[in-house]
Amino acid sequence: MNSESHNHARLAATTQVEEARLDGNAIGGLLREIFAVEMTAAVGTCAFCGAVNEVGRVQVYVRAPGTVVRCPECEQVLMKIVRGGGRYWVDMTGVRCLEFSEA
Amino acid sequence: MARAAVLGRLAWQFGTLAEVVQETPRVSSLYLDVPDWQGHLAGQHVDVRLTADDGYQAERSYSIASAPDDPRLALTVERLDDGEVSPYLVGELRVGDRLELRGPIGGFFVWRGEDDRPLLLIAGGSGVVPLMAMLRHRANVESTVPARLLFSSRTQADVIYRDELSRLGAAGDGLTVFHALTREKPAGWSGYTRRIDEAMLKEVAWPIQESPAVFICGPTPFVEAASQLLVAMGYEPRSIKTERFGATGGTA
Repeated sequence: MNSESHNHARLAATTQVEEARLDGNAIGGLLREIFAVEMTAAVGTCAFCGAVNEVGRVQVYVRAPGTVVRCPECEQVLMKIVRGGGRYWVDMTGVRCLEFSEA
Repeated sequence: MARAAVLGRLAWQFGTLAEVVQETPRVSSLYLDVPDWQGHLAGQHVDVRLTADDGYQAERSYSIASAPDDPRLALTVERLDDGEVSPYLVGELRVGDRLELRGPIGGFFVWRGEDDRPLLLIAGGSGVVPLMAMLRHRANVESTVPARLLFSSRTQADVIYRDELSRLGAAGDGLTVFHALTREKPAGWSGYTRRIDEAMLKEVAWPIQESPAVFICGPTPFVEAASQLLVAMGYEPRSIKTERFGATGGTA
């Protein structure tokens, strides 16, 4: 592959990633299944950079085998959620603390 | 039921399609009767689930277009030619048919009628839907908070809710509607004919010192461009709430 077409490929891939990026609003239903309460207004602290953001503000990618949630400030992975076969796998390594209303 | 409500479980339920209103050649509003609908806030969405005969299921999220105080739940859906769900909703679903949904969902991208901050709404295409719920609610509760909607569409024919927005904007209750077209410059058009830029936002947006509440909804590149422009102009990032939808319109 020459460098020009390589750059084109990279540009196309970048555009696709940008278009695939959603935000925490998109997983309100999924999070409600897991946490049983409204979660898009919940406030999470990033374990990597310490940024504090409402779930509605985080980056969400759903075109993966699971759902990948990233910090809007440092872009590290906050959560990975996989649902299948009647089970959930929830990796929250990147979330230091999640604060939400009980109602 | 009371215990289920306390636990916050969100059950799938069926609505019945009562009326279809074609908004543009590609966009229709579906008015649904949903028994036991628990009510919603302006800006929330529902998840819709279709199940094929073989058990295959597809889920998508759609913003609620109706105000909390409107008699029926309304979804406004853009038909995407390569979509899995929207061509069924806009085209095949008939009055009297049942539709499986759950909701309302969301608590971040919502506007409450008692919010007294000036309102700035910025919409790209069908991103206008949750913002329309806010404007309908604002009219229903007779809120007079000053409000401005900047609505970017591809062509004049693609402008969703065009007549209703024109009525709402002429009501004299403090709402001004600004349109921008990105792919057409029709003769006699008085709105903008370009993509949203800083000069446009300087004309439309409330001054920073008035601390407006800002809601932006549309395709991801549109939302990020508009919010980045506002932040660069000095608007408080925490006052800007955004909701992105993907190229497929789907989030599930």
